[in-house]
Amino acid sequence: MSKFKSSKTKGTPAISTSSLPDIIFMLLFFFMVTTQMRETSLRVKVKLPIATEIQKLDKKSLVSFIYIGPPTNTTMYGTESRIQLNDQYARVSDVPEFIATEREARNEADRNFLTTSLKVHKDTKMGVVTDVKQELRKASAFRINYSTLKGVAKK
Amino acid sequence: MRRAAPEINAGSMADIAFLLLIFFLVTTTMDVDSGITRRLPPPVDTPDDVRIKERNVLNVLINKNNRLLVNGLPGDISNLKDAAKEFMTPHFPDNPNYPEVEEVTIPLIGTIYNSKGVISLKNDRGTSYDMYIQVQNELARAFNEIKDELSVSRFGTKFENLPADKKEAINDAVPVRVSEAEPENIGEN
Repeated sequence: MSKFKSSKTKGTPAISTSSLPDIIFMLLFFFMVTTQMRETSLRVKVKLPIATEIQKLDKKSLVSFIYIGPPTNTTMYGTESRIQLNDQYARVSDVPEFIATEREARNEADRNFLTTSLKVHKDTKMGVVTDVKQELRKASAFRINYSTLKGVAKK
Repeated sequence: MRRAAPEINAGSMADIAFLLLIFFLVTTTMDVDSGITRRLPPPVDTPDDVRIKERNVLNVLINKNNRLLVNGLPGDISNLKDAAKEFMTPHFPDNPNYPEVEEVTIPLIGTIYNSKGVISLKNDRGTSYDMYIQVQNELARAFNEIKDELSVSRFGTKFENLPADKKEAINDAVPVRVSEAEPENIGEN
């Protein structure tokens, strides 16, 4: 009897599972880091201007983004600033439709609180920005946010 | 007789995981969306000329070379804040060099004098966005300083430290009156 027992215990010891949680955590962190929250890939360069008097955008789900800047692929699309809505280049006339679809995607109670965040490259001329703003006014998307980086206050 | 494989020491596994975690934490930049929030005015079909008394308006123009014109005089971005602040601070008794003042009664603050001044901002199509944002920023800074001063004199603390109801009172007392002119096509961009 005792002979049997000893032969059983002599076999390969049970694999330690104490490190499993750590491996899982590692994987979790890996995916957390590599997951891109932004569903659109940028096709315009956006180097934001710097400002000091900035407010945070609190409700992320109620923000829609409009990107304006020179195309990343300058050999193909030139250097003139372009508007990007969702995943593609757009014209100023496409803005109202974009706002309409963005509104549609939110539930009814939140629609009036939809903020449009303008992410505009700092060297862009105001002409295209003004055009977009006019379209936003016509589409009654009045809440806008000029996206900027936080700068150090000048004295 | 085969020796049993010694159990692998897993005690340091947690440390490795933490090391990795900290590495990624440090290298990831969480992009917090922040910026200057503004409300656009509703569209007008026929821009009716709202006549505002000239003394109540501070005209800020930015041309396509990013140069400023403040009330007809060439200005500089570095003193725009002070100019806007001086303009918007209520002056009492009535001083013809500054905007008119009106009496307003606001809960928590009481009756105060409020400037009727409006800052009118106009830019060219060729103005750079960077310049435009800087001007907006300086104007916002002027208003924030006025708010801070009122807040300190009334409640003894800076605006950002106030509770929500007092913040609202200050916001009512110091309305941010920046109007953007209807765009006109002047210079080529």
